[in-house]
Formats: sequence, structure tokens, C-alpha cells
Amino acid sequence: MDYSQFLSMPQEIGLLGVFLLVFLYDTFLSKKAQNALPVFTCVAFGIFTIANVFLCDASCSIFGGMFVNTSATVAIKAVLNIGTLIVLIQSVKWANSEYMTVRRGEFYELLLITLFGMYIMISARHFLMFVIGLETASLPLAALVAFEKNRYESHEAAAKYLFTAIFSSALFMMGLSFVYALAGSLYFSDIAAMVAGEKMTMLIIALAFVIAGIGFKLSLVPFHLWTADVYQGAPTPVTGYLSVISKGAAAFAFMVILAQVFGSFYDVAWKWMLYALIVLTITLGNLFAIRQRNMKRFLAFSSVSQAGYIMLGVVAANDFGLASLMYYVLVYVLSNLAAFGVIGAIENKTGKVMMSDYNGLRSTNPWLSFAMMLAMFSLAGIPPFAGFFSKFFIFAGALSTGDVALYVLVFIALLNTIISLYYYLLVVKAMFINQPGEGGAIETFKSACSERVAMVICVLGIMLVGIVSCVYAYMVEVASGNVVGIF
Amino acid sequence: MDFSYSYLVLVLPFVTFLFLGLMGTRLSRKAAGVVGTTMMGITAVIAYTIALDYFFGTTQGQLVDGIRQQLVAWDLTWLEFSEKLVIKLGFLLDPISAMMLIVITTVSFLVHLYSLGYMQDHHHEYEKGLQRYYAFLSLFSLSMLGLVVAPNIFQMYIFWELVGVSSYLLIGFYYTLPAAVSASKKAFIVTRFADLGFLVGILILSFYTQTFDFITLTSDPTAAIATAGGATFMGCSVTAWALTLIFMGGAGKSAMFPLHIWLPDAMEGPTPVSALIHAATMVVAGVYLIARMFPLYCLEEGAMTIITVIGAFTAFYAAAVACVQSDIKRVLAFSTISQIAFMVTSLGVARPELHDGVGYMASMFHLFTHAMFKALLFLCAGAIIHAVHSNEMSAMGGLRKYMPICNIAFLIGCLAIAGIPPFAGFFSKDEILVAAFLNSPIWGVWMMLVAGMTAFYMFRLYYKIFWWNTPNYHHTPHDGPMTMSLPLIILSGISIVAGFVPFGEMVTYDRASHPIHMTMWVAISSVAVAVVAILLATKLYLKENEAPAKMKDAFKGVWTAAYNRFYMDELYQFITHKIIFERVSRPLAWFDRQIVDGSLNMLANITNSASYAVRKLQSGNIQAYVYVYLIGALLLGAITVICLI
Repeated sequence: MDYSQFLSMPQEIGLLGVFLLVFLYDTFLSKKAQNALPVFTCVAFGIFTIANVFLCDASCSIFGGMFVNTSATVAIKAVLNIGTLIVLIQSVKWANSEYMTVRRGEFYELLLITLFGMYIMISARHFLMFVIGLETASLPLAALVAFEKNRYESHEAAAKYLFTAIFSSALFMMGLSFVYALAGSLYFSDIAAMVAGEKMTMLIIALAFVIAGIGFKLSLVPFHLWTADVYQGAPTPVTGYLSVISKGAAAFAFMVILAQVFGSFYDVAWKWMLYALIVLTITLGNLFAIRQRNMKRFLAFSSVSQAGYIMLGVVAANDFGLASLMYYVLVYVLSNLAAFGVIGAIENKTGKVMMSDYNGLRSTNPWLSFAMMLAMFSLAGIPPFAGFFSKFFIFAGALSTGDVALYVLVFIALLNTIISLYYYLLVVKAMFINQPGEGGAIETFKSACSERVAMVICVLGIMLVGIVSCVYAYMVEVASGNVVGIF
Repeated sequence: MDFSYSYLVLVLPFVTFLFLGLMGTRLSRKAAGVVGTTMMGITAVIAYTIALDYFFGTTQGQLVDGIRQQLVAWDLTWLEFSEKLVIKLGFLLDPISAMMLIVITTVSFLVHLYSLGYMQDHHHEYEKGLQRYYAFLSLFSLSMLGLVVAPNIFQMYIFWELVGVSSYLLIGFYYTLPAAVSASKKAFIVTRFADLGFLVGILILSFYTQTFDFITLTSDPTAAIATAGGATFMGCSVTAWALTLIFMGGAGKSAMFPLHIWLPDAMEGPTPVSALIHAATMVVAGVYLIARMFPLYCLEEGAMTIITVIGAFTAFYAAAVACVQSDIKRVLAFSTISQIAFMVTSLGVARPELHDGVGYMASMFHLFTHAMFKALLFLCAGAIIHAVHSNEMSAMGGLRKYMPICNIAFLIGCLAIAGIPPFAGFFSKDEILVAAFLNSPIWGVWMMLVAGMTAFYMFRLYYKIFWWNTPNYHHTPHDGPMTMSLPLIILSGISIVAGFVPFGEMVTYDRASHPIHMTMWVAISSVAVAVVAILLATKLYLKENEAPAKMKDAFKGVWTAAYNRFYMDELYQFITHKIIFERVSRPLAWFDRQIVDGSLNMLANITNSASYAVRKLQSGNIQAYVYVYLIGALLLGAITVICLI
């Protein structure tokens, strides 16, 4: 074997490098130096994120085609890096809290290793490789969800997450075994060549299982039931990470698999499967979100619904759809993490997570309310914030196929946008209009420096990404030629 | 030196606007005024440099073969939708834009200066909100300058609307007075309504001619119209429609009948604002617009006829109303409408073949001189109102003894507008009459009649203010401070000499030099008419007497109708309230409430009950989760398989 092939995966090697640095720092440095670990991780990862821009090789195919890098994988990894960096910065305060001190090294190591798994998922062009990535990305997350082990909800959440994850993997693997039985290979390209023109029942079932398996990561309805409990129970930085990074990676990989492996089934099968899932996901996500009063549960259902919107890019099944998907993920990362940043800051300070606790927040913490308001506006898709543009492009992507059925789908999605506006504005109303309850509003506090840095990044992103049109143009450029073999 | 420094003319007022607007009350009122005035002064100097360099310089190719060239000093691409649909921001220099640079910056600077004195109460305290006032003045100057230098119709439209906004803001400056608020709304709504026509016209024109660019449109208008391919709509060519609709926008801003109703009410704003916006600059935007697209208009005889008829009628109508008004600012407002109508008519009767397009030159000439003497008259009116605290003629009289500077200045303004040589108005009005006679004797006689009415009502105004009888003044009126008197003196000077500017050599329709010919019989007869009218006014209004009241009784019906502006406002009121609100808006509102809102409410209700119904799904029980998961996956596969088979 030619070991020099490893050099063609600089992003993975870089990430492993950061991981090793954190690991060594955590293991060998003095107790006193440990206090700087969170900041050290942020800096190291920040340097890596920036360096990524320079050291990636945009087109390579190694290990016999099991692992590829294209301009689009490089771009989506960069998006995930940005998101992870924000999560890391947000978690500095939390990681320095008293009962975290013993284990905070683990937090960062586990987090980075899941990201590594996602990298593999994104670049894999062979199902074995993909499964390795998928599991690497899933299992450490269970440990992260259980991180506040003194808290009952935290392990309940971890247990639910772990069971569902295992179940979904099992289902996914079963689907794969069907596929292998038929095609005799696990290479994406081989399978695609074998199944082209076939219409076997077994393949359709396999496809359904594959969709269900990845649908778990994306929390598509009806594979989403774990989401709310896990989001609520998990520590807030982990919830933020779960809701955006894990979803973004899965969405990209999902599109690659569907387009490259099952491309010939687009019109006959998976367009309609996704169609049904999208309608269910957006609508049910919204219906549940309306009733939530716990901010983290609320955002859990909001993220279910957002996943449905992301799927609109997949169902478009062309380069334009992929570009819109990546753009949507970027904007979603910024908006959702802004919301989680505010929730985390308030939770760290006061332990309050209910929407009613936010009543009158504007008068005591105007900047936090402002950031939260922008996040809500962006998630709801109000111009001129980034969320408007991402929704616009994802709709445009779905419409670009000219398929009448998709027009109807986009219309349903639009109606759901109206519903989602209602509950996003509930939060804004609580902060800006509602009178504080008996205990008074959350008192004025100064959030930690790290939290503020993360918030500023998110807020600037929300305000600028939409207006700076070159971001989207860049996505279109890198996405071109990545979705092949469908039409 | 090339003209690239001209961006300063736009940037300086904009920076001033931002600075004053953002600083707000952190700046003292006086400081805001001084900053605004200084910056406007610098802008004026730069604008003068540009204009003088354009007219008299030779190094930049201003003059080629005796024809002044249209120069684009700079041009930035702002939005590029497609190869042809490009929106640019630029700076076009040609005779009319250079002339407008001078007019705008001169009047604007003098108004800035004057306001320093005017916007004080009797204890020499600056008025509240003066920072805002100067910020808006800067915004207005920016908008107006941007409008006149626009090299494409889209930029013009943008600044056109900005002009409308800043006018709205300034009319409503005294926002605690209901009258000012409703006047500002009225001005905004009426001009916006007219601008709707403008926008539609722009869209039609650019759609059919494939360009926004003025130079492309006007350098070869025949080709531009040919691009439209002879498309017609309701029997008229689309370009005629476009040009007529564009004129509608111009008529709105220039207060042509029947869109004039906002201008008299706009006098609720501070008087210096009236002088700047509603006499000298904004209201001539419509005239400027037609002049800008004159070569195109020349090819559409129908549009030109509409312009002429509306202009001539408005001139007469407004003059008739001005004869009987008692509020001095309203007299001036109607006089402005009438004078702008002169300019519009002059453009309407102008043809390139008639005496080298003398109407075009006359219109621009009159625009220039009128801006000066009307600004002068308004500023005098401001000084008078400042002195006697009233707009009504009945509160005035005999002021010549108390306000000598104002008296002389006002008299010069009146002589200028009446067309008495050698004051500025004589020359420009004379050229307009020549152009009208060249087109048709009917228009010539008509406009001469209106010119006579002008002389009459202006001197009626003059005598009622400065002669007539002297009422008992609570405070002895006196001339304003130097900041107020200086602009009056400067403008008086300009009003005396402006007529000798060789417009025929500088501003003509083909930008070549055509010496002005005095047509003796027109000049003599127009002066004679003016003198007769002035004598009549002298007879009636020099000293208090019963004659005016008797005349009023004799022609009671006409007098009342004219005093009520021929009930145009009531007509509008009737159409909007009784017809549009009752018959159109009400059913639409019902539809909106019941059908549109109703369906959204239904959506909300369904959502709410559905979300209540599905809540059981989220039981918190992991076994149930896995069941749902598995059933979901199986159903997904099974249904697809069934559908395929």
C-alpha cells in the first residue's frame, strides 16, 4: 500500500493533529495549566480552521476510490469547522465550571473525534468507510450527551440517544446487506452501475432502510422522536453541536449517497419518499414546536423542522440543490448557534431554560435579547437576515428542476414558514413585550468573554452572509459537478 | 484637471447629512447650523468650479465643433442584472446639468445661511430640532444634485424619490402642528401617485428601447424609438405612452394642474424650505425632466400637445387663483405654479425647427431666473412673516417704513417676475412669449394675458404688504439680522443682472450656440401689458380704499370660486373619500378581513388543534420511539413498492 496517499487527506490529518495536541496537553500538562485547556483547544482549532483554507487538495481519490475529496467536500468541511469552532468557543465558560474540571479534556477529545467521523462520512465513497465514519460520529456523541453525569436527564438522554442510534445503525446495515447481496460491491459507483434500470422490491426496501438510518441523524419525522428528549437532557454546548454540525454532515452525506448510489431511483422511488418525509418533517416539527415551553425542547423541534427545509436541497438532486443545501447549512449553523449561545449563557448564569423565564429580558439584557431576536428572525427567514436568503435559495433549488410536484412541495414548505414564524416570534415577544413574571426578569449580567466572542461571530454572520452575495456564488461554484449520474 | 472630483458635490452633502443626523442633539443647534451652512458653502464652491470649467474650459473636450459635449465625469456600475439591464450611478455634465448645479447650490447655500437667522425666536433662541432641520436640508441638497447629474433615468428616479422624501420631511418639520403633518402627507401622496406614472413610463421606455441611458436615448432619438419596433397600445405608440406617463411624474413634482394641489399646502413648512424646495429647485424637476428627454419628446407630437395644453391651462388657472388669495405664501405658491407652467408651456411649444428651438432655451432661462427671483420673494416673505407673525395680508401694510431692505428686495423681485426690463424675468419671459408666438398666435396671446395677470397679482401683493394702510403692530416690525438680509441682497443683485447671462450661447437644445434675438414687437407689447397691469394694481391697492371690496362684490361668484381654488381640493376629497374609499376600498377591506385573514386564521386554528392532537406521539417512552421508527421505515418502503407495482 502506498502510504503517501494519506497526504491527500490533509484536513483529516490536521484534525487528528489538533486532537492529539489536546490529548497530550490534557494528559501530561500540570493541573494548573489545565485551566487553559479550553482556550488552547479553541486557538488550536481556530488555527486549523483557517489553515484548512490553504492546505486542502480539492480533488483527490485515494484508497482505491474509497475516499475522495472534491471542492464540495472541502467546502462543507469548512462550514462544519466554523460551526465547531463556535461551539468550542461557546463551551469555554461551561468547561471551566467547577464540576467539569476533571473531565473537560475528554469533552474536547470526544467532540473532535466525532467531527473526524463526520469528515469520513462526507468523503466516503464506499459503504464500509461510510459506516466507520457514521459510527465514529455517533457513539462518542452518546458519551457527550451523558456528560453531566450528575444530572438525571443527562443520562436518560444518553440512553435514549444510544439505543436509537444503535437501532438506526442496525437498520441501516440491514439495508446495506440487501444492497451488497444484489450488487456484490460496496463501492458507490459499483452499486450505482449495478442497480441502474432495476426496480427490485428488495432494493426499494434497502433504500427505505438507508434513508431511515440516515434519517435518524437528521431527525426526520418519524425517525425524530429521540430529538426532543436528548436535546433537553444534553448539556447545552452538546445540544448545539448535535443540532447543527451533526445534521449538516449527515445532510451532505445523505445527498451524496442518494444521488450517487441510487441516482437511477430518483424519479421512481426516493423523490417521493423524501417528499413524504419532508412534508411530515416540516409540518410535525412545527406542530410540536408550537407547544414547547422549554427553550431547548423548542429548538429541538425547530431543528426537526429546519431539517425538512434542508432536505428540499436533496430532493432537488442537482448541483444547484447541493449548493443551496450547503448554504442553508452554513446559515443554519450561524443562526442556531446564536440561539444556543444565548440559551447557554443564560443557563450557565441562572439555570433557567423556560420561555417564560425570558419575559422582559430586553430590559435587563438588551444585547442578549438582540442576538436572540436576530437568531429567531434568521431561523424564521425574515429579510434581510441570512435565513431569508438561505430559505430563498433552497426553495429556488427545489424549483430549479421545473417539476410540478416540487412546486407543490415548496408551497407546503412556504405555508409552514408562516407557522414557524409564529413560534419564533413567541420568543421575541417574550423578550420584548411580555412583562416579567413574579420573580422579575432575569437580572442583568455580564456574559463571559468567550460567550460574547461566539455571539459576535454568529450575529455578524447572520447579518452579513445573506448580503454578501459572493458566499452563495462560492457555494454554487464548488457544488458544480458534484451531483452526477442522476439525469 | 478632469471632472472626477465632481463626486465631492454628492459626497459632501451626504456626509453632512449623516453627521448631523447621527450626532442629533449631541451637537448644539447653532453648531449644527454652522456646520450645515459651511459644508453647503464648500459644495457650492465645488459646483461652481465644475460648472465654470464646463462652460468656459476647453481642456476636457467640453466644446467640439462649437457644440458643447455631454460628458460623463464618472460612472459606477451598481447593479448588473443582465448585459443590457444595468443600473449605474454616475455624473453627467451637460449645459442643463451644469446650470442646475449653479442654481441648486446657490439657492441652497443662501437658504442655509438665511435659516440661521430665520429659525430663531424673538429671544434669539434657535428653534428646537434645528439639527434635524439642517440634516434634512443636506439630504435634500444631495438628492436634488443627484437628480440633475443623473446620466440614466433610473438614477434620476432614485434621487427623484429621495427629493420627495426630503421634501416630505421638511414640510412636516413642525410635526406637532396638525396642518403641517397633513400637508406633508398630502405632498408625499400626491407626488408619489404621479411618480407611479413616472415609474411605469420608465419601465415601458426602457423595456422597448433597451436602455436607461440618457445619452443613448437622446443622441439618436429616432433610433431609440425605432428600437421599440413600432409597438402600439390603444392606438398610440408605446413611446408616446411612456413619455406621457413620464410627464405625469414631472407634472406631479412640478405641480401642474390637476396634480398641483399639494404645493399650496406645502407652505406649512418653514419659509426658507419653501424658498428652496417649493420655488427654486424641486418643483422645477419636472421641467428639467422634460428638458432632459427633449429630443424624444420632439418626436412625439401628441405628448408635446398634452404638455403645452396642461402647461398653458395651469399657468392661467394658478394666476387666477393667485389674484384673490390673502395668505402671502399662498399667493407666492400659486405664482410659482403659474411660472413653472410657463416653463412647461415653453418646452411644449418648442420645436427644433422653430427659431433654433428657442422655447427650450427660454424654458431653461426662465427656470434659472425664476429660481433666483422666486427664492428672493419667498425669503422676503419669510422675513415679513418673521416680523409680523402672520401670513395674512390683513395683518400687514405700510411695512416699507419698518423694513427698508425687505421692501427694496421685494420690489426688485416683483419687477423681475412682472417682466419689467432690465430685471431678469423680462428677458426669460420675453423668450417664452416669442417661442409661444412662433408655435401659434393663440398660445402667444394666452401666455401674454397670463403674464399680465402675473404683474397684477404680484403688485397687489406688494402694495398690500408694504403700502395700503398701517395696522397697529404689537411689536415694531424690523428687518431681520444680517444672516437674513445678506441672502436678500445677494439674490436681489442676481435678479437684476441674471437676464444678461448669454443663455442662447450656453444652454440650447442642440448644445450649439445660438445668439438671442429680441423680437421687438413681442418685447414692447409684453412690457406694455405688464405696465398696464401694474398701474391697475397701483390704482386699486396703493392706499386703502373701497374699490377692491366693490369689485369683489360685483364678481362675487368668480371671486369665491377663485378664492377656494375652484374647488379642486374638494373635488379630490370627494373622489378619494366618497368614491375610492367607499366604493373600492371598503369591499377590498372586507375581502381582506374575511377571506385573506380568514384563511390565515383557519390555518392557525387547524395548526393549533393538530398540534394538540399529535402530542401523544412524543411519549418519552423509548420503546414507543423505536416502534414508530421501525413502522415508519417499513411503511416508507412498503408504500413505495406498492406504488411501483
